[in-house]
Amino acid sequence: MSAHADNHAHDDDHGHHHKETFVTKYIFSQDHKMIAKQYLITGTIMGVIGVIMSMMMRMQIAWPEEPNVLFEALLGKWAPDGVMDADIYLALVTIHGTIMVFFVLTAGLSGTFSNLLIPLQIGARDMASGFLNMISYWLFFLSSVIMVISLFVEAGPASAGWTIYPPLSALPMAQGGSGMGMTLWLVSMAIFIASSLLGSLNYIVTVINLRTKGMSMTRLPLTIWAFFVTAIIGVVSFPVLLSAALLLIMDRSFGTSFFLSDIFIQGEVLHYQGGSPVLFEHLFWFLGHPEVYIVILPAMGLVSEIMATNSRKPIFGYRAMIASILAIAFLSTIVWGHHMFISGMNPFLGSVFTFTTLLIAIPSAVKSFNWLTTLWKGNLQMNPAMLFSIGFVSTFITGGLTGIIMGDSALDINIHDTYFIVAHFHLVMGISALYGMFAGIYHWYPKMFGRMLNKNLGYIHFWITAVCAYGVFFPMHFIGMAGLPRRYYTNSNFPLFDDLANVNVIITIFALIGGIVQIVYLYNFFGSIFFGKKTIQNPWRSTTLEWTAPIKHIHGNWEGEIPHVHRWAYDYSKPGHDDDFVPQNIPLKDGEEELQH
Amino acid sequence: MTALLTIIVLVFILVAIWQMVKIFDLAQAKSENSQVATDKDNTINAYLMMAFLAFIYIITIVCFVKWGDLPLISNSASEHGPGFDNLMIITFVILFIVQTITQFLLHYFAYKYKGEKGRKALFFADNNKLEAIWTIIPVIVLSGLIIYGLNTWINIMGVDESDDPLVIELYAQQFNWKARYGGNDNTLGKANVRLIDIDRANILGLDEADPNAQDDIITTELHLPVGKPVLFKMRSQDVLHSAYMPHFRAQMNCVPGMITQFGFTPTVTTADMRQTPQIIKKIENINKIRVENSKPLIAKGEEALEPYEFDYLLLCNKICGKSHYNMQMKIVVETQEEYDAWIAEQKKFKNSLIN
Repeated sequence: MSAHADNHAHDDDHGHHHKETFVTKYIFSQDHKMIAKQYLITGTIMGVIGVIMSMMMRMQIAWPEEPNVLFEALLGKWAPDGVMDADIYLALVTIHGTIMVFFVLTAGLSGTFSNLLIPLQIGARDMASGFLNMISYWLFFLSSVIMVISLFVEAGPASAGWTIYPPLSALPMAQGGSGMGMTLWLVSMAIFIASSLLGSLNYIVTVINLRTKGMSMTRLPLTIWAFFVTAIIGVVSFPVLLSAALLLIMDRSFGTSFFLSDIFIQGEVLHYQGGSPVLFEHLFWFLGHPEVYIVILPAMGLVSEIMATNSRKPIFGYRAMIASILAIAFLSTIVWGHHMFISGMNPFLGSVFTFTTLLIAIPSAVKSFNWLTTLWKGNLQMNPAMLFSIGFVSTFITGGLTGIIMGDSALDINIHDTYFIVAHFHLVMGISALYGMFAGIYHWYPKMFGRMLNKNLGYIHFWITAVCAYGVFFPMHFIGMAGLPRRYYTNSNFPLFDDLANVNVIITIFALIGGIVQIVYLYNFFGSIFFGKKTIQNPWRSTTLEWTAPIKHIHGNWEGEIPHVHRWAYDYSKPGHDDDFVPQNIPLKDGEEELQH
Repeated sequence: MTALLTIIVLVFILVAIWQMVKIFDLAQAKSENSQVATDKDNTINAYLMMAFLAFIYIITIVCFVKWGDLPLISNSASEHGPGFDNLMIITFVILFIVQTITQFLLHYFAYKYKGEKGRKALFFADNNKLEAIWTIIPVIVLSGLIIYGLNTWINIMGVDESDDPLVIELYAQQFNWKARYGGNDNTLGKANVRLIDIDRANILGLDEADPNAQDDIITTELHLPVGKPVLFKMRSQDVLHSAYMPHFRAQMNCVPGMITQFGFTPTVTTADMRQTPQIIKKIENINKIRVENSKPLIAKGEEALEPYEFDYLLLCNKICGKSHYNMQMKIVVETQEEYDAWIAEQKKFKNSLIN
């Protein structure tokens, strides 16, 4: 317990010496709290785009090739007379995936909460480098803008799937979206990766160097552990995707053959020789798999914290929670091949990846059981954030269990690229991570905006969303097991699947309701910024340091000295105290022992 | 116009929800409008948690009963199929048990320990024994699944050349499939897309000088003799495709620039498969749906949908461009005699060239 960080240099320049203009405060802000809000709002806007896309896809699948007013209004020339074009369907698949995985669940989730919580919960004035932090956000903003612009390209946006496997993504003659649309996609992602790396480096440095006095690594809230490890995974794996993207750009524009060989298309032989698309798959999934943990770990951290607070109980097995985060992080970098069992890779490699993949179930199981035990004999405060946290554990278990099927190379043969995998990953990383994000927003909204979100709207939001999430993705497993491939514009060419059409209609109805109910949340979110009830200092009676900072945001987070930390983050309902929580900055009483956690 | 009306309706619904919430807020004790959950909220949501648990169980049961016995899960048509299906069923049983128990605990705890003012939670931060238990149990269960799974995987992927398998090339291009048989010598001639000569109808790029290529047979339907091991060699000429044969529990990507392979032994002929009760039931159901779907077509003066008869299928299962959704080939599994008769009718490569 001696890893006290030295914060003195920072102490001196806190606060209100220099004047802030509108531009430095709201636009090119270097304040982590403002940057967090910027990430959140940009992520929300991208999320709205992504969700609308998914609803259009669902309508197309349920009522294929039928005219639809919405298509006509939103897709323009891609939906002549309101009938969706097959090319744009693939584009929607691609951009929906890209936006949700990277722009919403990576930047929107991790960017928002890492920025907001790291300095506030470890007791720092700001990020290690406010300037890099600002650059990181603006690069993210730029990449979002480019991604949105790519939707309006003449020949169509990128439509090779979010995994952009070459040669499909490399050859403009293979599909319209592989022209300018794909170029913009690659440029946007390259910028996104730069943004993500700058952010991650900042988070790592801040957590290591700027902890306040007494905040040892074993006193950190689990949120910080999750953000810290997430940032490390990001730094390890994102550069590999960047190199894959750069090599693909070379193949596309400069005639190299990294990923291409022996191609005959549209009546001509192309010059490419000696490359391999499988190499791209390796590079892509070397990021692509850790990426799902980049998405889910921060959600896990938020949920752990919110669950402990609202159960009025310490998180169960704090050390086991950290150990499982580390185990998941390590394993996540050696399992990428489970996306490639049938890619033509040596079957022996498939065996190895099956082994490492199924191992991940162990730390995941430990985490799930620890969350369950945290609830046991608690005094559960059913705030909307708590509901979303419980929902997270529910969908994480349901979606995670089917991972044992997907990760088994033998079983993967027949369900690979069917709707089974769509159902699996939407539950375990899509819905779960979104729940984590919503939980975080409901919980830290008062910290961000100084006002409370309306809880009754929150309840409506949660319950309808929860029912719809299961209504959409649970039946989807079964149409996948029936052999229905994903990414099909319509299934009407396969009479074999005619009896699944009604399942698809049910799924779509749930999806539409679930999508529309998000308007309640958006209304609550944006309305409460102005009209929400003003918050009190520590509305959830939480132990962590951010609730000791003034409600009104000041540059430097605390007036006067930064609080010192004397105990771990989970002293809830500790015997010997009158209150059911003891904040981290309260010194131990005489004779009180800090828990040997 | 419809869009505008929809928007207006949505706005009204939102206003209505907002009003309801306001009334709800006002109806609550005056001092308690802090947007933090009260005991009453805790109770209501605790009951909803139990209701939600029931919902999860119901949706699980409905899905399994209504869609869980799809012929694709139970009716495999290849030698390794039953092994695959057993592994699937065993895994499912384990997952089902875990899912049922953990979801119960989660929602039941949320109900049982709902917050009440003045009650204090149990300070219970750690227990090495408990944690050891729920580390070791998954380790044991997963070890079993890993060993069983890998065994099955090796069985499926291992190709035994001594079986003298029938070698067939599956050739993928945007957006159709071709099959190439080795002919009498059961050896595929050399081929490369660089040798494609559309004018001479050398569409798969066979090496015209290779003696093995002369008797190769290129077809647009895949015929397989029942009970004979088949080794597929996959090629693609343009982008990634995936040869997906769900009834045989078989799938492998087709990668430009490289030859991939997958082998299996078909065990049930198309004719026999059509006679199995599950398939009869499934096809009846499908045809009922098709008759239903034909009604609006007939009303519009269009042709009705043809009645469907079961066939094995090869589907493309890797996104490959605009018509990915319609890239398929019929597979016919038949007796050796039928197969011999069929293959004898097909043109040999050297005879198919245009000079």
